[in-house]
Amino acid sequence: MKDTTTIGFGTKVRKFFYNDNTVGHVFAAPFIFGFICFSLIPILTSFYYAFTDFSMGSKEVTPVGLKNFAALLTDETFMKSLGVTLKYVFISVPMKLAFALFVAFLLTRKSKMVTLYRSLYYVPSLVGGSVAVALVWKQLFARRGLFNMVMKDMGLDTINWFGDQGLALFPLILMSVWQFGSSMIIFAAGLKEIPTTYYEAAEIDGANGLQKFIKITLPCLSPIVLYNLVMQTISAFMAFTQAFIITKGGPNNATMMYALYVYKQAFDYNNMGYACAMSWFMLMVMSIITLIIFKSSKMWVFSEAGD
Amino acid sequence: MKVRKITFKVLYHLFVVTFGIVMIYPVLWMISGSFKDNAEILRGTLSLIPEVPKLSNYSTGWSGFAGITFGTFFKNSLLITTVATLGTVLSSSLVAYALSRIRFKGRKFWFTCMLATMMLPGQVIMIPSYLIWYNLGLSNSYVPLILPYFCGQAFFIYQMMQFMAGIPRELDEAATIDGCSRYTIYTHIILPLLKPSIVTTIIIQFYWKWDDYMGPLLYLSKPQSYTASLAVKMFADAATTTDFGAMFAMSTLSLIPVFLIFLFFNRYLVEGIGTSGLKG
Repeated sequence: MKDTTTIGFGTKVRKFFYNDNTVGHVFAAPFIFGFICFSLIPILTSFYYAFTDFSMGSKEVTPVGLKNFAALLTDETFMKSLGVTLKYVFISVPMKLAFALFVAFLLTRKSKMVTLYRSLYYVPSLVGGSVAVALVWKQLFARRGLFNMVMKDMGLDTINWFGDQGLALFPLILMSVWQFGSSMIIFAAGLKEIPTTYYEAAEIDGANGLQKFIKITLPCLSPIVLYNLVMQTISAFMAFTQAFIITKGGPNNATMMYALYVYKQAFDYNNMGYACAMSWFMLMVMSIITLIIFKSSKMWVFSEAGD
Repeated sequence: MKVRKITFKVLYHLFVVTFGIVMIYPVLWMISGSFKDNAEILRGTLSLIPEVPKLSNYSTGWSGFAGITFGTFFKNSLLITTVATLGTVLSSSLVAYALSRIRFKGRKFWFTCMLATMMLPGQVIMIPSYLIWYNLGLSNSYVPLILPYFCGQAFFIYQMMQFMAGIPRELDEAATIDGCSRYTIYTHIILPLLKPSIVTTIIIQFYWKWDDYMGPLLYLSKPQSYTASLAVKMFADAATTTDFGAMFAMSTLSLIPVFLIFLFFNRYLVEGIGTSGLKG
């Protein structure tokens, strides 16, 4: 027997290190550190700034109470950007999901080519967020761009896409719908999970394709629709790069997406406090919409008994 | 009957392929544009085949701006993206392991925090984050673009947790009996089995980070530290007329790393998102 006290201490240390509580915190440490430093502290700071007149280089920060929020309500550009963003979200997200589901459904056939096709249809998602493609998009919808050329060939009038307030948002919406790839792959995975026996039973009962789709496919897929809906809604609210590069918010703020306006107020006009108030307002709008989606999901998301 | 079946099959493949080509037409058009001259691009032609193919767009584009070539921009992008992606994989898998496998005090709390960050719009923390880095004197460096990726990315933590739920717990138990600790279970059992999920993370994080524009826009102000995405945008910002050919040439080059990663891991991606994406 050796020195019992050191062994005792050693086991104690060992016990401490192998205790689930310690292990858990050791493994979760990167997140805990990151959450505090890169999420919590910035969130709290942002909340504080929202009630001040803070700007870069200002010597002192004066609390201004609710002035920033009151100013939001009278800021025409802000109101317009809120409207533009909601329009963008409400049009692009449902269209994107419908399209993703359609393509996923199209590619459920048993064929060796399907994997290749899925990759092909994923390409827009892969490159769509890049500056490169945004610049191409700008060119496609230019005065003498590809889109107008096609319309001309079809005998239609050409359109000044980025010069018309009512139309300028359309290329941006189309670009978002075009990036349907990741939703499509998640839908495709969901479709694979639906037991074929359901369809066989329905066929025996004499159901046609449309009936099968509405009565079997959609309910079975509804949890996945919910997931895609929430994720895509959040990311649509945050759209920035495309608007920044393609339209810079113009013409006459017709494509002034919320995120773009926050950026402009903060870094172009140096109204940091105001921009923080704006981003908090955005967070509230988003939370309300996400909450509505979740609340309503009880009515349309079908969950299997006992699950 | 058989003829009908075959006709249907042919029509199906024809439709899917045609439609697919329409989908990637903008990308193809960009690539072909990189071999056209400006006049031809501006004329607005649908054709993918350049009238007179020329390679000079690539050399003029590559020469870059203010004496800095695209070699520098690509090197910067590659450095930031690779390090950030590695950080994401490493940290996210650690955190996912803790949250999905180990019962420790506060697990539920941190899990909720993780879900909350997943839904938190970046704009809410963009301004204060910038100010914090600015006050630390790091706003003109790669640190703000890389360090946060070593703290786990909520989206990938969640994906990995979903995947880990499918790894039988019996494996952990068997390993414990064989003398493995929680640490060695992570390195010897979980990590190797997590491979499909890791590959998915690598692809998605790589192209997100490579394509990222807002981060570099905020934090990089010196042209020699620009990433490829910032540099490509400079063609459009040029005070004089835009050199579209050169812009498309560099745009094409800037997408090559993303395509390579995709081609290399593509099988995993399509299956990976499928299996680790979500269950129920």
